[in-house]
Amino acid sequence: MTTMEGQRIDIPFRKHILGNRLQVIIHEDHTCPLAAVNLWYHVGSKDEVAGRTGFAHLFEHLMFEPSKHFGTTYFELLQRAGGQINGSTNTDRTNYWELVPSNALELALWMESDRMAHMLPSLTATAFETQRDVVLNERRQNYENRPYGLAIIALSEALFPADHPYHWITIGAPADLREATLEDVQAFFRRFYHPANASLAIAGDVDPDAVLALVEDYFGACSAGEAPPEVAQAPTHTTPARLVLEDRVDLPRLYSAWLTPAIFADGDADLDLASDILAGGKPSRLYRRLVYEQRIATDVSASQNSRELGGFFAVVVTAVPGVGLDVIDRAVSGELETFAREGPARDELTRAKALTETAFVSRLQRVGGFGGRSDQLNSYNVWLGDPGYFTADLDRYRHVTAQSIREAAARHLQTDRQVTLSVVPVGHADLAVPGSNPVEVS
Amino acid sequence: MNTPRRREPPAAGPDQPVVFPAVTRSTLANGLAVWFVERRQLPFVSVSLFVPAGSVIDPTDLPGVSSLTADMLDEGAGGRSAIEIQEAFGRLGATLDTEGGSDAMRLSLSVLPQHASDACGLVADLMMRPTLAADDFERVRTLRVNRLRQLRNLPSAIADQAFVRAVFGTHPYGHQPWGLTDAIERTSVDDVRRFHEAAYQPASSVMVVVGSLEPADVAAMAESAFGVWKNGSSHGKWGLAPYPDAPRGTPSRVILVDRPAAAQTELRIGHVAVPRRTPDYHALVLLNAILGGQFVSRINLNLREQKGYTYGAQTAFDFRRIAGAFVLQTSVQTDATADAARESLNEIAAVRGERPPTADEMDFGRATLTRGFARNFETTDQIARALTQLATYDLPDDTFNRFVPAIRAVEADELIMAAQRHLHPEELIVVAVGDATKLESGLSSLGLGAPIVTAVDI
Repeated sequence: MTTMEGQRIDIPFRKHILGNRLQVIIHEDHTCPLAAVNLWYHVGSKDEVAGRTGFAHLFEHLMFEPSKHFGTTYFELLQRAGGQINGSTNTDRTNYWELVPSNALELALWMESDRMAHMLPSLTATAFETQRDVVLNERRQNYENRPYGLAIIALSEALFPADHPYHWITIGAPADLREATLEDVQAFFRRFYHPANASLAIAGDVDPDAVLALVEDYFGACSAGEAPPEVAQAPTHTTPARLVLEDRVDLPRLYSAWLTPAIFADGDADLDLASDILAGGKPSRLYRRLVYEQRIATDVSASQNSRELGGFFAVVVTAVPGVGLDVIDRAVSGELETFAREGPARDELTRAKALTETAFVSRLQRVGGFGGRSDQLNSYNVWLGDPGYFTADLDRYRHVTAQSIREAAARHLQTDRQVTLSVVPVGHADLAVPGSNPVEVS
Repeated sequence: MNTPRRREPPAAGPDQPVVFPAVTRSTLANGLAVWFVERRQLPFVSVSLFVPAGSVIDPTDLPGVSSLTADMLDEGAGGRSAIEIQEAFGRLGATLDTEGGSDAMRLSLSVLPQHASDACGLVADLMMRPTLAADDFERVRTLRVNRLRQLRNLPSAIADQAFVRAVFGTHPYGHQPWGLTDAIERTSVDDVRRFHEAAYQPASSVMVVVGSLEPADVAAMAESAFGVWKNGSSHGKWGLAPYPDAPRGTPSRVILVDRPAAAQTELRIGHVAVPRRTPDYHALVLLNAILGGQFVSRINLNLREQKGYTYGAQTAFDFRRIAGAFVLQTSVQTDATADAARESLNEIAAVRGERPPTADEMDFGRATLTRGFARNFETTDQIARALTQLATYDLPDDTFNRFVPAIRAVEADELIMAAQRHLHPEELIVVAVGDATKLESGLSSLGLGAPIVTAVDI
């Protein structure tokens, strides 16, 4: 397993599909006495409908409640074995993982398979109601009580039309969560939580033959379900909008956003590198001009948010006290226009690629957890059907040229397709970009 | 499906020994310690530089000067501007991070092995030859003031600062490493220059290298980058004044920081505790795993899994070099604030008296800590961080290999004695950041006196 500039990254693996259509990927590496189990269900908030939001994530919480053959929470037995456990839900998928000492791999597989097969009958109304309260508190902690925390809600609503499931964020709306019933989540489980909608990756200090036998044993008897219906692609561009949101903040912040290509689609890697060149670190164009030279902003960031049904690109700039967001907006637009016209300099592109390569290798040091090898194997498998896409993925970045990045910026980051959101201190709508319409988010 | 194998959880195999990787130690002529761990699973290198220049040695009138100095290191050095430095690192694909903490400054570098030596050369410029220009300082100080301005709206930051202030008082641990606004505004570039000259010395610093390099290459790299680093005239073990004495505990009280119409209440509950080198370290780590360090610990099961008051609640012994704090942290719904605080106070008191750890809880705690220990040393950065801890807390070389046997050896009576010796219900301070109009009467009912309403102190 080596990588050098331009060379391959080999993460050897075996892939099997069980009779119930569960996809199984096994990667062997004995560096540390650890085994990672990573299970993706291809379900996220994209599978929800308006008025019934937050289900996919609420369900993730319920998956850590007792199941048929273990009467404790999901954590008890695995933590006793020295394991680390977590899960996450986004718009497109829900993942669950265990990182255990390799001698406890069988326990992790037993636990994961038990909740896949037997979760539903064990789920009680009390557990359901408690976890709904926990999720409402998660929402308060991470969105409502956090400065700028509601911006992503306003931005999603402005970027995506009301009938597209990216219109709402994964945590859901409080009213929808309060109206959710135990029957709703049971129906959700039956539809999405079955082998035909899942991908299981096991990585680390394991014997692949023995692992496969265990997986057959524990997961083989789970009934295959029906693959859920496809969800419509997101639109490719949005109605331009200028919005202002008043929040409990001191410094106004400007969000500029555009709809962009989906994960792995043409332009995705270009825009990822563009976000680095525009706002990643001190030499980036926006940091250098706005923070370092003109000193009108206190922080800048940019990101290509790659998703299954379509991405979005966002530039986020916080103004210094006394500077209005119209000044920031003009400066950002000016930099973007120059970039879309001229493209990156050779040195900018070289640095962005070199940093991407280091970050890529760094993530692969871990066999488990979010973004570790097992998670990445599942990502490539679910999105592309090819768990071994590592070198090809890095090649997407290596093959980006000044020309291709310029074209991607020119095509996707146009002012007439832009959503501009000003987040300003309460009572200071005057600091927003002129002509912005007030939005309210709860 | 319901095979006999299915009904009972499969037993884990025998425990595997955890062996911390071998460390090659050497010292340059100027006293800089160089510690190297060879790690070859991927072509990757992590370099850490430890300097004992944390906020604990901030001059009393200038809280935050240590972290401003850390921020200034890469704002111009060795003849390059801030931008040029980062461009040079970027061409090498190297990422740099400086962390001004309470006990130490840690600079960390991630880089592919073929560029490690060049990147270390740049790091040496930062450590030895920072420009520390007045104009750059002005810009960085303004950025810091604006960041603090933003933190004043972040409930967790408000609560953390209010907590360390209440617990540590005027001791330097009583401010966060990033300092306090009025002091930052008073700090001058000369203060930073003086701090750098006094605190950044090779003889008290450690260079940690972990990754796919040869020992000889590491030795050459260290010598070529740092061999010319000179100890200054004020050279002493810690550069500046000796560390202040450990702070003492104070009586229980409730501190309330008003945040009108807050969506939730941010809670901290705790008191002064012992430093990292306490002989009771392993007993306290085990105690914490039982009380609040894990998902299935008492506090989280109570506040989250039974009551649904919060997204999560944890306790920790925040072990530092010369003292520490015991702290419970959570963020709870407003109408459950007093109940959550009462439950927490009860749980803390109960574990040292009426409901001491059970045999099963002790088994659980020992198992989760010892079997999970190997996870801490998977990546090069994790190993580098671990080694930096040895320097930060002045710990023996075999610290990590002793952990598992030491946790296993903690006896029940030792654990209960540690709980009684190190948890002090009469010193527990409750800090609540939330809507005072909705919290005042409930918090008054805790029996710790009327809440002391305090302004945001950042």
